[in-house]
Amino acid sequence: MRRGDTVFLDAPVYVRSHFACVGKKEGEGPLGACFDYAGEDNIFGQDTWEKAESEMLRIACRGAMDKGGLRQEDVGFLLGGDLMNQCTATSYAVRGLGLPFLGLYGACSTMAETLLIGGLLIAGGFAENVLCTASSHFCTAERQYRYPLEYGGQRQPSAQWTATAAGAVALSSAPAAVRISAVTAGRVYDPGVTDAGNMGAAMAQAAYETLHAYFRDSGDAPADFDMIATGDLAEIGSALVRRLFAADGADIGSAYTDCGLLLYGEEQDAHAGASGCGCSASVLCGHILPMLERGELRRALFCGTGALLSPLMVNQGESIPGICHLVCLEAVK
Amino acid sequence: MKLSKEQYKEAYEKLSPPSPSLRNVPAAFAVGGFICLLGQLVRELCLSAGLEESATATVVSCSLIFLGALLTALKLFEKIAKFAGAGTLVPITGFANSIVAPAIEFKTEGYILGTCVKMFTIAGPVLAFGISSSVLYGVLLWLLGGAA
Repeated sequence: MRRGDTVFLDAPVYVRSHFACVGKKEGEGPLGACFDYAGEDNIFGQDTWEKAESEMLRIACRGAMDKGGLRQEDVGFLLGGDLMNQCTATSYAVRGLGLPFLGLYGACSTMAETLLIGGLLIAGGFAENVLCTASSHFCTAERQYRYPLEYGGQRQPSAQWTATAAGAVALSSAPAAVRISAVTAGRVYDPGVTDAGNMGAAMAQAAYETLHAYFRDSGDAPADFDMIATGDLAEIGSALVRRLFAADGADIGSAYTDCGLLLYGEEQDAHAGASGCGCSASVLCGHILPMLERGELRRALFCGTGALLSPLMVNQGESIPGICHLVCLEAVK
Repeated sequence: MKLSKEQYKEAYEKLSPPSPSLRNVPAAFAVGGFICLLGQLVRELCLSAGLEESATATVVSCSLIFLGALLTALKLFEKIAKFAGAGTLVPITGFANSIVAPAIEFKTEGYILGTCVKMFTIAGPVLAFGISSSVLYGVLLWLLGGAA
């Protein structure tokens, strides 16, 4: 059933299994112990950063399939994306998996986007199991979007650190401990931010608008949730979301947090916080879903946020559009 | 959203912390000054060894470029620059780093399509402006009769 921008999934869609694979810095962070696999380095036994990201994602895909007892023929679709041009990391990671593959790009909102579409595919009866993935790697993102790693420069305090992480979630029509009850596909909003070093600000309006649309469509209030986690707005973007709700005379409440604030500790020098598709993907797989499965959370909103940044368009003087997709997760019992 | 684009801009600018200039400026001054001191030291050594003025200037530039390149290759430059900021960027060491860093980074795509194509991606504008302005000033000097 659809109301406004939100689709309420009448047919149950469950989270069958999930796997988070992260790099060294993420493994040393406050959530380090929560991840299924943390690399001793960021190269994952490969000879280039791009191959390393693919390998990390391959580990996550195989891990989620193994944990869910899924064989190749059981998976109806693999939906995935990353930050690299041509969705390189994902295409090469799935090259040997032999699964029907749809590559998606939603910048750092990709994990929520794949879950949203995967949920709809299962609810529509088009597949029994769908593997949803997202990944990012600090080193591949730096050289595509910014500077070479050895270039000597200072980052501004509002900059975020691209997470070296991958997450894979197997959705299924077979009952499990956590289900997706509703999804809201975001619209693109552009509040006019032109500073590529302040992406939280570029995404915050989209996060606010999608949350606002969900609360309008569902009749729920922020207080109905144990956790409302936006993608990777980090310090500035998440403070801005609070400010935007306050301007409406509303309070998003103490359940509100941001994946970009959870991944790294203060001492890890990540500036405003984490970003990248892998940030929300790994926090979801390593932190939010396990808490729902253990019953520590009853209902949670997972809102992946993406800055649809193109260095080309920024050089042409354009501002950075943002997007946010929302997935409502509930513990079944 | 109830905020206008101007109010939104005001809100995020207020929330975005400024660069810590009180820490950055003295760090840049100290490290930049130290690099200049190194240059001066090399210069005094060359002159005392009886080298000519013009050859001395070349030796000083080359040694600092070599030092910048070496530190970049040893992965130390980036760590120093993170502390020093403009202190390492402005002297010729920063120029060396801006060429060597992409040269190393893009080696994975091969020596021609990777290293050689990409090594001037950052330093390109410096070279373009540097070379053009030296030509321009050369012509001006010639027109004004300054060239012997």
